[in-house]
Amino acid sequence: MQKNEIISINSSSDVVLVRQAVRQFAVELAFSLINQTKIVTGASELARNTLEHGGGGTVNIEALDRGTRRGLRLTFEDSGPGIPDIELALKDGFTTGNGLGMGLSGTKRLVNEFEIVSRVGEGTRITITKWK
Amino acid sequence: MSLNGQSKIPQILKNHEAEVLADWLGEQMAAGIRKDLLKEIELREECREFLELFTDAIQQGNLTNIQSTEWRSVREMLTSVSRTRTQKGFTPTETANFVFSFKQPLFKRLRQELGQNGEALVEEILSASNLIDKLGLWTTEIYQKTREEVILRQQEELMELSTPVVKLWEGILALPIIGTLDSARTQIMMESLLEMIVQTGSQVAIIDITGVPTVDTLTAQHLLKTVTAARLMGADCIISGIRPQIAQTIVYLGVDLADITTKASLADAFVLALKRSGFAIARSKPTI
Repeated sequence: MQKNEIISINSSSDVVLVRQAVRQFAVELAFSLINQTKIVTGASELARNTLEHGGGGTVNIEALDRGTRRGLRLTFEDSGPGIPDIELALKDGFTTGNGLGMGLSGTKRLVNEFEIVSRVGEGTRITITKWK
Repeated sequence: MSLNGQSKIPQILKNHEAEVLADWLGEQMAAGIRKDLLKEIELREECREFLELFTDAIQQGNLTNIQSTEWRSVREMLTSVSRTRTQKGFTPTETANFVFSFKQPLFKRLRQELGQNGEALVEEILSASNLIDKLGLWTTEIYQKTREEVILRQQEELMELSTPVVKLWEGILALPIIGTLDSARTQIMMESLLEMIVQTGSQVAIIDITGVPTVDTLTAQHLLKTVTAARLMGADCIISGIRPQIAQTIVYLGVDLADITTKASLADAFVLALKRSGFAIARSKPTI
């Protein structure tokens, strides 16, 4: 199967494309239905964040194969304004837009690994990994 | 331009109109036109019209800019050809070939007329080739534009199709949602739901999300807003069609749907709605 795919996120229809691509990867990796749903939902949240807060960016979808362990890693990158206070951003209910403020914190709970690197004025990179 | 600064093409086209037309038609027939989509007589008419307008336009002496006013009637003609071919199901190549196939008969004629004068021939062929390339690309551009218009129209139609509010029973509405729940759709959905609540005086509305593949925080927020709006109109909402994996995901996301009545299936939601409205379902003797 294809090991990785990069999709640019520049409009809300791209968010749908990201969801579909991630779902396809998850199906090919034979993720269980619940894990498929979790990683797709997480991808949807982060793709929308990339679009709305980062002003657009890219996602790199990678299929991981570590012997018996297989997983899916998504790396969202944008060159937007960055996140000044990551701890605050990860708090349930905190939002700078008019959403629910659950996207980032919720995504963290949906996946196994969650890494966030952000520099104010330079951009943000969020990497999530879901193991099978 | 040719040696005396004036292109010979208009004169040549004028003198040999019939032969060029015949050659061009022959060229297209040999390449194989889509006889299933286009009659030969229609093609002949299109070619004749193009040649006439092309000769008129080229006589004005502008061989470089097809966006100028001299070329307007040619552009309009090609636009209509391209549009009809798009609608009939031609490929972009087949559409553009209508113009590109004109090169062969034109060059042949030029070679015959200017064969002695190599330099002039090259000049003429170059400028004619450039011109025809531009016209060919123009048909492709129109092709693309027509396709985009079709897509746009379909999107709008889909938007209207995808948010039906149906009456299940006296005072009970159902809103089955299929696909992605984005802001634009939520807006339309909310409008038609609220409208129907007023029209039918319904007390209960069931929003069925069986057909929504992903419920993320934005979808949840849109659902919450719709429920709140319906509540302000005096109708209670039940959300049905929550699949096990969606339920788990919502819990992990931390979205609070505790204020809303939810059911696993539309059937369960309907039974609850009937109960709330004071109806009871009883089984009589089966008639089949």
